[in-house]
Amino acid sequence: MIRAEGLGLALPDRGRRAGGFGFGRPPLLTILDGIDLQVGPGESVGLVGESGSGKTSLGRTLLRLYRPTAGRLVFEGRDITALEEPALRPLRADMQFIFQDPQSSLNPRARIGDILAQPLRAFGRTEGRRDAWRQAAALLERVGLPPGFTGRWPHELSGGQRQRVGIARAIALKPRLVVADEIVSGLDVSSQAQILALLAELKRDLGLALVFISHDLSVVRVLCDRVVVLRHGRVVEEGSCAAVFADPRQGYTRELLAAIPLPEVQPGWIFG
Amino acid sequence: MTDAYLDIAGLHMAVGRGRRPLPILRGVDLAVAPGEVHGLVGESGAGKSMVGRTVLGLLPPAARVTGGTVQYRGRDLLAMPVAERRALLGAKIALIPQDPMTALNPVHRIGRQVTDVLRLHLGLRQKPALARAEELLAAVQIREPGRVLRQYPHELSGGMRQRVLIAIAFACDPDLIVADEPTTALDVTVQRQILRLLKEMQGRAGTAILFVTHDLGVVSKICDRVSVIHAGRILESGAATEIFAAPRHAYTRALFAATPRYDRPADALHPIPPALLSALWAEAHEADRDEADRDAADRATEDGR
Repeated sequence: MIRAEGLGLALPDRGRRAGGFGFGRPPLLTILDGIDLQVGPGESVGLVGESGSGKTSLGRTLLRLYRPTAGRLVFEGRDITALEEPALRPLRADMQFIFQDPQSSLNPRARIGDILAQPLRAFGRTEGRRDAWRQAAALLERVGLPPGFTGRWPHELSGGQRQRVGIARAIALKPRLVVADEIVSGLDVSSQAQILALLAELKRDLGLALVFISHDLSVVRVLCDRVVVLRHGRVVEEGSCAAVFADPRQGYTRELLAAIPLPEVQPGWIFG
Repeated sequence: MTDAYLDIAGLHMAVGRGRRPLPILRGVDLAVAPGEVHGLVGESGAGKSMVGRTVLGLLPPAARVTGGTVQYRGRDLLAMPVAERRALLGAKIALIPQDPMTALNPVHRIGRQVTDVLRLHLGLRQKPALARAEELLAAVQIREPGRVLRQYPHELSGGMRQRVLIAIAFACDPDLIVADEPTTALDVTVQRQILRLLKEMQGRAGTAILFVTHDLGVVSKICDRVSVIHAGRILESGAATEIFAAPRHAYTRALFAATPRYDRPADALHPIPPALLSALWAEAHEADRDEADRDAADRATEDGR
């Protein structure tokens, strides 16, 4: 499905500029360094790490929202490392992103029906507005929302409902690969449990390849088949969830696991 | 509990004016003893933050307290003169806010923001205030406190900013701190450091902390007592050891069942059953009707006089 080989990403460090007068090119900051990763159909891979570890950048690079500065990126057998946007565009329908914050990723001035119709229209998959809204209603049902929500505005929905709309938009074009960036971190445990159940179901039914970015290792353990631990833009550890969680080989992974507060009273944990 | 630092009794709060304001808190009872960390747990919309904001006098303009008392060491915060209350807030009753990114003023240096409270409440002049601020930053384990005092918030990491906010909260030796989701925005490793720091500072000073959070894991690690809130009602309250070993209320049990655990991947996640939630809301609305009837009866007796 998607394969990254020695993937690297460096972006201009806008905080600092070369030269004494504020001119010249800013120096490059290495974000990702030599990432090897493969995700197959129906497989879900968790990307975990602390803030700044590069997990979001990696997710965006996999979808070619960034252009890698090193290595190779292969999507369904095709090298997309350096494809220009026009060539990339038809592939965009097959690769979708679900954003962390449904509050800011849904246009506040568009009704839910239009938000969901937009990708359908952009890729010519509808016959007019009426058909687009009918498809939008079906998508809402697919993610467990009442089809009548097409006429609502984003602000009328709760956080969990908005996140479902984000998911509906991502699956509208029947993608092959979905990158979900911290999509349950703003939610209550209850909505979180619902969204995780929905994702597991969609992954199974649609045969999606899912890249699930999260800082919450418990969520990753419940949802994902494999886990990739990132630190400073490099892969520290990688393997099946069962193996990595039962017996982490790297000290850093052990540290991350030990820092998760499980809901049980453990005197002294705080000072451990 | 008269020796408690914070004693909330029958607190009712509603939002909106007119004939039918929307009830948010429905008779909250909660006490925090000296040296105790009391966790207030609930999902969003449960009213947990509003309890903290009532204590701090930071309710939104549309909100009104419609009943009950909030006592700080035996004095009702809601009944005392504004000036008296203001002298306590930020000094003896302090806040550790949720979001370290927005809680600090981006255009002022850290030094100014730590010394503000020292000058206002302790009457320190700028120089001794700065010296004290440096000690406070050192106490929250910030390296090079002198340099950090001259920095702006954007130059610090989230964890560092949260340390600064803890330093500000502890600046005037508070008796009571309201900590509103103080670690939610942080990485787990930084979260543990911040929880440890908070526990150390609190243990040393014997401060009472009302710890507002949705995270059962965090509660289990730092709180001595726990209250579970839903729809503005405390459903269950008790020692943390008891509640985590054997939760009594169905809602508390449902919260546990909805929380993923990396050490128990085989356990299926159960969203909170909709039937349970509607039953709880029905109870809450019934409580509202009883309250309205009582109000009407009170008014009738007053009119009759």
